Parts: sequence; structure tokens; C-alpha cells
Amino acid sequence: MTAGAPPTTPIVTLRGVSRLFPSGTLALDRLSLSVVAGEFLTLLGPSGCGKTTLLRLIAGLAEPSDGSVEWSPDGGARRLGFVFQEPTLMPWARVEDNIRLPLMLAAVSAPESAGRVGEAIAHVGLEGFERAYPRELSGGMKMRVSIARALVTDPQILLMDEPFAALDEITRFKLENDLSGLAHRQRLTVLFVTHSVFESVYLGSRVVVLSPRPGRVAADLRVESPVPRGEAFRTSAAYLDACRQVSALLASAMEGPLTLTLSPRGEGINPTHAT
Amino acid sequence: MLAPALVGLAALAAWEAVVRMEGIPPYILPGPILVARTVVADWGTLFPSLLVTLAITGAAFLVAAVLGLALAVVFTQSTFIERSFFPYAVILQVTPIVAIAPLIILWVKWIPLALLICAWLVAFFPVLSNTVLGLTSTDKNLVDLFRLYGATRWQAFRYLRLPAALPYFLGGLKISGGLALIGAVVAEFVAGTGGAQSGLAFRILEAGYTLQIPRMFAALFLISVAGVLIFALLTGLSRLALRRWHESELEPGD
Repeated sequence: MTAGAPPTTPIVTLRGVSRLFPSGTLALDRLSLSVVAGEFLTLLGPSGCGKTTLLRLIAGLAEPSDGSVEWSPDGGARRLGFVFQEPTLMPWARVEDNIRLPLMLAAVSAPESAGRVGEAIAHVGLEGFERAYPRELSGGMKMRVSIARALVTDPQILLMDEPFAALDEITRFKLENDLSGLAHRQRLTVLFVTHSVFESVYLGSRVVVLSPRPGRVAADLRVESPVPRGEAFRTSAAYLDACRQVSALLASAMEGPLTLTLSPRGEGINPTHAT
Repeated sequence: MLAPALVGLAALAAWEAVVRMEGIPPYILPGPILVARTVVADWGTLFPSLLVTLAITGAAFLVAAVLGLALAVVFTQSTFIERSFFPYAVILQVTPIVAIAPLIILWVKWIPLALLICAWLVAFFPVLSNTVLGLTSTDKNLVDLFRLYGATRWQAFRYLRLPAALPYFLGGLKISGGLALIGAVVAEFVAGTGGAQSGLAFRILEAGYTLQIPRMFAALFLISVAGVLIFALLTGLSRLALRRWHESELEPGD
């Protein structure tokens, strides 16, 4: 954190949330987690650990089998932004119409939505592409449209589900830098799911590591380096240290039962799992 | 465009050459030049018949497009409705039109309406089945997105499912256009009506009875041209509607 005490107002709290699929698979097991206003929480875990399920529970797209999802302040309309793994744009609609979608569905007046769409386009650096169709854009630009659409409702929390996983590394770095700056300037609260250790540390003010299925919180740590982060941070010692630490935590989460048997003999985390 | 034109010209030249060299009489196989002359000479008889056939085809196609779309929308409102009614749409489709046409012509006294019903029966199924497919294969993430932003059922239909189904609907139209023409011609054959209201199929029957084989070929030629024009028209419509966004209409290299 740059200055002062860490923010403490929770926006959404999961209490003992489990999710059992009809197929009998337990995706999440009594998971508790609180997302605090203004933080950039990255959720790191192996494939199939229930990260996407967790986001869908928070978004109200699925119901927990057990436990609860609590919002504060309670009541009132919740404003969510959701960014999927794919850009998920309507191919028949122009960039500006894709971004306007949430406002249109909420019947926001034309002048107001025009202003908000314009702001969102400026936030993600898509000026000049308002009238373009998705197919005319690169993968990175499509993802920017998707982010702008999520921001247009001024969400209390921005939920992102591995949004950059399908992009090439150069584009991903650029988008990570821009997202870090944007989150800082707009004081966004972000819950960002990823399976990349590097991405989780680079973006997160807090990294939560999930265990393999059924997902539980295996580790929860702060990344104290100042935000917004930039290319200098990517090669800094602090960044690499944090990556090493998170890698070890992830490895021990992956090797869950093994770590338990090793711990009494004092071996603790085995750093050979860290790569 | 050049390659198919050359192939066509070569085929016509070969046809004409074979007819002349073998001395095949015109009542067995007329050469293309004679057929072309007959189209011009009999235009006064053939053109009104072409218009009659096209009118039936056009009307049947329009009804097929509207009803196909409407039925697809109704079917996709619930799986119960779809499961209950879709088999009957399939039965209508797989029953050969030649077999039901006599019944329809027997029941419906006004012949043009009977012909229209026959042509419609053949033409509506591709629109129905394609549009049902389009309405049910919407991107799951986009469906979630609409839910997330509290879209009403109507909004999700109007702004998501309907535009997503458009390419499928247009694909159905392309098939239906040709089928409507085939249905109209088959029904005319079965009805076999003479007089002022007779279509091109009757001209073919008539020419067959009187051994005016060049006229038969001329009528056939007009039916084929009409079919090609219908297809070109619908392909153009599809391109116009989809060229900005759909994969099927992208220019190479885009």
C-alpha cells in the first residue's frame, strides 16, 4: 500500500461457501474470503480449483450449495463488472454499442450513457475505435472493450476471470500495466482470477492462493510494493522475491497432503516445487 | 467469374457440335442455338407463365420466411413446445411433396392457393430448423452477461438471441428460395392446369404432349435462370446484412 492503513471496509464476504456440482464434483469446500474496498485481490490457483465458480457465485450467476455471499452495505442494487476469459463481445455491434450494453439494459438515458461510454473508452485507451466492429480489433483491443464495458456501470467490484490468459506476452504486459494504473486512478476494487504466479504478484495488492479442487484458501498475503506498478517493478528484486514466495505457497498448496506429512519433520515448504 | 463462363461456353459449343454432327433431330435433342431462338420466339407464351410460377414461388417463400421465423421463436420459448411440435415439422418435411400435392389440390379448390401451400410446405423447413439452431446456439458467456446485467427475457431475445440467429436465418432463406421454386414447379406438374393462369411447368407438360421439345428446353432454361437469380438475390441480401461482422462474409485477407 502506498500510504496509511490498509482499507478495511469489506465489499463482499464469502462465509463457508461450498459448491457441489450436480455431477457430484465438489468445486469449493467451505471457503471464506472477504474482498475489501479499494484492494486489488488476485486469486491464484491451479486449473479446476474452482476459481471461476467462485467468481460466478459472487456475480450471482450460480448459488452456493452451502454458506453465504454477503454484501455490504447490505441491500440496494449491486453494481458488478465482469470480464470473462474471452472478450465476449457481440460481433454485430460496434465498440461503443458493446460498451453501452449494460446501460442500455438498465434503460439509462441516452445523454448520460453517451457520456459514460465516452469516459470508459478513454479509460481503456480506445479513442478513435468507437465505430469499429469487434472483428476489426486485435485480441488485446477486444479485451480492452470488454474491460470498458465492465467499467461503464461504475461497479463496486470488478470481477475478472483470467482475462489476459489468451493474449501474447507483450500484449499481456501492456494490459497489466494499464490495468494497474487504471485501478489506482479510479480506486477500483478488483477480484482478479489467474493461474499465473507472476501476474498475481504483479497486479495484486493481496494474493490469495487456492488449493486444488475442492478449492479452499491455502494462503493469503499482501504485496506491499507501491501501486500503480510499471515495467520497473517487473524486474525489481521485490517483485522476484514475492514471486518466489508465492510460488512456494502455491507449490505447497498443490502438494497439500505431502506438506502435512513433511512439516512435523521440520522440512516445511519444499522450494524445489517452486518452479 | 471468367472460369465458370468459359466452362459454360465450352459445354454449349460441344452440345451444339454433337447435335449438328450426329444430325440429332430437334424433337430428340435441340441444340442450344435453337433453344435460344425458341426462348425469343415463344417469349409471348413463356414469359407470362414464368411470372405465374415466380408469383407462386415468391408468395410461398415469403410465407415460409415469416412463418418459419415465427415458429422457430415459439419453439425456442420452451423445450416442451419444441419437443411436442418439432417431430410434426419433420414429418411435413420428409413426406414427398409429389405424394401430398394431389390431396392438397383436391381439398383446396382455388388452384393458386393450393400451389402456394405445396411450395410453402417444401420451403419452410430449412428456415425453421436453421433459425431454431441459431436461437439455441447463443454464446453462453453472452447469455451470462445479459443475466448479470439484469436483462429481461424480451431484452435478451431482442438484443442477443435474435441478432445471433440472423446468420442462421439467412442461411435457411438461401436454401428455401430454391426449394420454393422447386415446390411450385412440382405442384404445377401435379395440378396440370391449363389456361391463362398456367405456369412454366404446364408449358413443359404441354410441349411434351405436342413434341415441341425446343419449347420444353426453353421453359426449362427459364426455370433454371429463375432459380439462379433467386439464389443470387438471397446471397446478396445475406452479404448486405452480415458483411460488417460475420465470418461467412469476410473478404479473403481480412
